Amino acid sequence: MICQKDLSMDQKIKATIIDTEGLERTLTRLAHEIIERNAGASNLAIIGIRTRGATLAERLVKKIETIEKKQVPYGVLDITLYRDDFRMRLKQPAVRATDIPFNIDEMDVILVDDVLYTGRTSRAALDALMDIGRPSSIQMAVLVDRGHRELPIQPDYVGKAIPTSIGEEVRVLLQENDDKDCVLLVEEPKEVV
Amino acid sequence: MALSSSHLLGLEGVPASDIIKILDTAESLKPILDRPIPKVPTLRGITVVNLFFEPSTRTRISFELAEKRLSADTVNFSSTTSSVKKGETLRDTVRNIEAMKINMIVVRHSAAGVPYFLTRCTDATVINAGDGQHEHPTQALLDMMTLREKWGTLAGKKIAIIGDVKHSRVAGSNIRGLVTMGAKVVVCGPKTLMPPGIEELGATVSYNIDEAIAWADALNVLRIQLERQEAGLFPSIREYHAEFGITRDRLERAKKEIIIMHPGPINRGIELDSDVADSDASIILNQVTNGVAVRMAVLVLLSGMDSASD
Repeated sequence: MICQKDLSMDQKIKATIIDTEGLERTLTRLAHEIIERNAGASNLAIIGIRTRGATLAERLVKKIETIEKKQVPYGVLDITLYRDDFRMRLKQPAVRATDIPFNIDEMDVILVDDVLYTGRTSRAALDALMDIGRPSSIQMAVLVDRGHRELPIQPDYVGKAIPTSIGEEVRVLLQENDDKDCVLLVEEPKEVV
Repeated sequence: MALSSSHLLGLEGVPASDIIKILDTAESLKPILDRPIPKVPTLRGITVVNLFFEPSTRTRISFELAEKRLSADTVNFSSTTSSVKKGETLRDTVRNIEAMKINMIVVRHSAAGVPYFLTRCTDATVINAGDGQHEHPTQALLDMMTLREKWGTLAGKKIAIIGDVKHSRVAGSNIRGLVTMGAKVVVCGPKTLMPPGIEELGATVSYNIDEAIAWADALNVLRIQLERQEAGLFPSIREYHAEFGITRDRLERAKKEIIIMHPGPINRGIELDSDVADSDASIILNQVTNGVAVRMAVLVLLSGMDSASD
């Protein structure tokens, strides 16, 4: 089902953490948890962190809208400009636009990302959101929590928590970005870029 | 995501991939200017010196705003209030400023090649904000960004640069950048204000304004520096306006939509009539807004250069 060619040559797949059907079920559960915790969707806004967080957020929005039968505002956050390693990284991702076409003041914002690891991306995302407005709360939903936090960050909704070692990498593949749905545990590439 | 060069000295030799990267980044950064808090923390801890040896309002303010929007620390230097008046050499001035631990220098100077010279005597990243009659790369980039916003692409588009091409660094950078991006460029103006060899940059020369207008999708109207008339390069302001001034009549004769640009400041009624400058076809104020976004993009893309090798 998973082809080696999608990964760089020196990366070995160690395990499939979530398969295609599992991913669908996990997202459905997360959508229900979000609605339950917030007693509906009337004050919710779903904001995904580029790139795969945004894709997951979009799917969560669809699920929540189907369940609650009402529109939920959806936005995309680009955190490149807020990274703490912006000038240290050898290879920078391109700066892309943040696209949040509504006012987040007084809303309950669900921040969505694919993998929660050190917590540095979440820290950057929180700063970026605070610069845009003053939501009444920010909750964090992640597909995979792989541990090894370097900052005091705790997710509110977790698809799957997996203990990993530092030498491993969690790779989330999504239909919209990668032509398939699954989460893999792979060996970290030898050459760190 | 870094650029292929560690400085921005001009658009000569800058590959299309770099220009696209700058314009794409600028487009992503532009919405920040409309936020309630129009500021991001990206360049915290970076100190930028704005070294202006020549008067400038727009470019200096635009650079300073771009730096502040990115949370850089800025220091302004203008030659009129500095030790340059006391006879200090350029090299000494720059070495002294660098000794105060700065990271980037934005420089404008009346002599071509000063930005390049600075790269030889400091380790700081150098950005050219206009050097003599040579280049003004960020102006050309903001012009290209504004046109690309309007058209979606620059490839195959026809831009006529009108006026004092000879003394214009704006023309120099625009021709280089536009040609790299696959646009077609005609330069049009009096023979006395046309530099020899301009065709080598990839532009076609025309001395007939009506032909140039009929051909073009956009006009980039250059500022006529009034001291050129005193030097006898054209007989009178009135004659210049009659021969090369952009008027509503001239544009209406072309019977098509033509975009009007001007790098500012405008001599209204000389190179460009007021009703044209303020018409719907004019994108002059978009140019000014985009100037801040483009300069932010250049600062961001050059700031990580120490280790970048993408």
